[in-house]
Amino acid sequence: MALLDVTNLDVRFALRRGDVQALRDVCFSLERGERLGIVGESGAGKSVAAFSLLNLIAKPGYIAGGSITFDGQELTAMSDRALRHVRGHRMSMIFQDPMMTLNPVLTIGEQMVECLKAHRRISSKEARAISLRKLEQVQIPSPAARLDQYPHELSGGMRQRVIIAIALLLDPDIIIADEPTTALDVTIQAEIMALLLELCEKHNVGLILITHDLGVVSQVTQRMLVMYAGRVIEQGPTREIINDPQHPYTQGLINALPQMATPGARLNQIPGSMPSLDNLPSGCAFHPRCGFVTRADGSTRHACTDEVPDFVTSGNCRVACHMVAEMLDRERIPAEEIR
Amino acid sequence: MIAFLIKRLYHALLVMFVISLIAFAIQDNLGDPIQQMVGQSVPESEREALREELGLNDPFLVQYLRFAGNAVQFDFGYSYTFNQPTTEVIMRHLPATLELVAASTFLIIALSVPIGVYSAIRPRAWLSRFFMGVSIVGISIPVFLTAIVLIQIFAIGVSVAPFPADTGWGAWLNGVLSTEGGMPAYGRGDPVHVFGTWDTNFASLTGLTYLVLPAVSLASIMLPLFIRLIRAEMLEVLQSEYVKFARAKGISLRRIYFIHALKNTMLPVITVGGVQIGTLVAYTILTETVFQWPGMGLMFLNAIQRSDVPLIVTYLMIVGLIFVITNTLVDLIYGLVNPTVKLTGKPA
Repeated sequence: MALLDVTNLDVRFALRRGDVQALRDVCFSLERGERLGIVGESGAGKSVAAFSLLNLIAKPGYIAGGSITFDGQELTAMSDRALRHVRGHRMSMIFQDPMMTLNPVLTIGEQMVECLKAHRRISSKEARAISLRKLEQVQIPSPAARLDQYPHELSGGMRQRVIIAIALLLDPDIIIADEPTTALDVTIQAEIMALLLELCEKHNVGLILITHDLGVVSQVTQRMLVMYAGRVIEQGPTREIINDPQHPYTQGLINALPQMATPGARLNQIPGSMPSLDNLPSGCAFHPRCGFVTRADGSTRHACTDEVPDFVTSGNCRVACHMVAEMLDRERIPAEEIR
Repeated sequence: MIAFLIKRLYHALLVMFVISLIAFAIQDNLGDPIQQMVGQSVPESEREALREELGLNDPFLVQYLRFAGNAVQFDFGYSYTFNQPTTEVIMRHLPATLELVAASTFLIIALSVPIGVYSAIRPRAWLSRFFMGVSIVGISIPVFLTAIVLIQIFAIGVSVAPFPADTGWGAWLNGVLSTEGGMPAYGRGDPVHVFGTWDTNFASLTGLTYLVLPAVSLASIMLPLFIRLIRAEMLEVLQSEYVKFARAKGISLRRIYFIHALKNTMLPVITVGGVQIGTLVAYTILTETVFQWPGMGLMFLNAIQRSDVPLIVTYLMIVGLIFVITNTLVDLIYGLVNPTVKLTGKPA
């Protein structure tokens, strides 16, 4: 059994005009020490998925169904008090913007010590010693002095290091990093990502990395999910998906990378934009932007506009696409005829 | 820090200079002080002599320069009506006003913080909605009306019987709606003498009962404002990333509300609060008049009626000084609470 098992997660936002479904049928799992990437455009539901793991979705969002099993415990059924002891302790988070994540009126030391004291019965002195050790681990210059400094005295990169140190404070099993480098300088991004990867490997910490950056995903993670309009549309080993994407949306994402464009020509892009969650297209939510609704022979694949695609297994990957399913079927039939 | 205080002192002098100039400039429109000082039967020639003696016939600039020259030596002239140095008159009335303002400030802080925080944490609770509704009403009612209603209910007493009293419930409801009155609502009672000209109402229980109604009605203007301000700021802070991050760290809600959120909430509230405490001193004019509280506000109103220009000018300058002092204190406190602020003498 995997360390973390998410099945059929269904998250909704209760709005006045009715519920809006932000996540549907999201399934994934994470083994101990494994690193999983979640990619997709803005609004695909990546962050909602991450926040719902610890039931931290902002009101009026709520988990409407599905299950999240962590280390044998069902998180969706847990009391607030019990869940609080999972947060920051067994599973910790790293947020997107380090300039906003630390409380401006509390010192770095206070913000680290309070986290330790919330989960362990230790003296302030011990907590400070542990905090100092973690600051050393994230390679902050003169860590002892940082404990008594306020966030505004640190640069963005240093603050993100502090936040990584806070995430590692209680030696968690999983770190959920929600675009941890997006708000940083390009020069710092690689450093922070390398540090995070190194620490996760060294301490055997699982990582759920949410990002737009396919390059980072391919370097850091072992498996990945591609999300679109609140649904997982492709998942599998990162290398296979990057090298041989099956879903037209994943293909589009990879094609949109600057290095895929012909020098001097316009960058490739996926036409159109992500649909609004309360007004999803019929059938496959991607079909209005998909170039494969019409088959090579000119006929229309009606399933794309009429039916929500189920997952099909292709190699080690699972893909939710009618076109891929059709291709797999066609391959299978000749194989049977030969026999 | 020292540079900051020196700069503030310079501000204070500038403020007081401007106030004195304006106060002097309007004196011609305040009526004739001689008429207030002497009886009907005094002939015009004597009035003219008195006017000449007091220097009231000199040009404006000469009068002002004479006043400013003396003011530099802390001599603000003689009150026409009290026949005493104006500073002495003010010092005699100052304690009453300061105690009234202090009591109101205490009420405002003690009530607005818990109510504001509660209605931000539970914005949909019926109690929060109730507080919000009452605070709108509170903001809209002028202070003298609040004062008069308070006097009617708690000092005079209300005796109504809208329900048929023959049933147990009716009699009980009539009892609830009626009040006995008896709270003191006139003057300061018998304040305890502390030192110099300072008499205090805080030292005895009876003294405190005299303070209750004036302090409550004075607080009634600012309290709704602060409740709404604290609620709005707190609601915003609770949406911030650092509060979400604190939740993700597994910190208890109590610590998130009262350490993480409240400290950030109070930053803008302290700034507004400093200005408003100064304004409170100004509002004492109304409150003190209704309750005949023998403070500076009541004294000031009387001084205006009697065209006592030296006293008016001195009062305005003292209030200006109080404004500058409270704002300086507020900035000092702000610097302590907000680590990103450093107090310097340099312009920001």
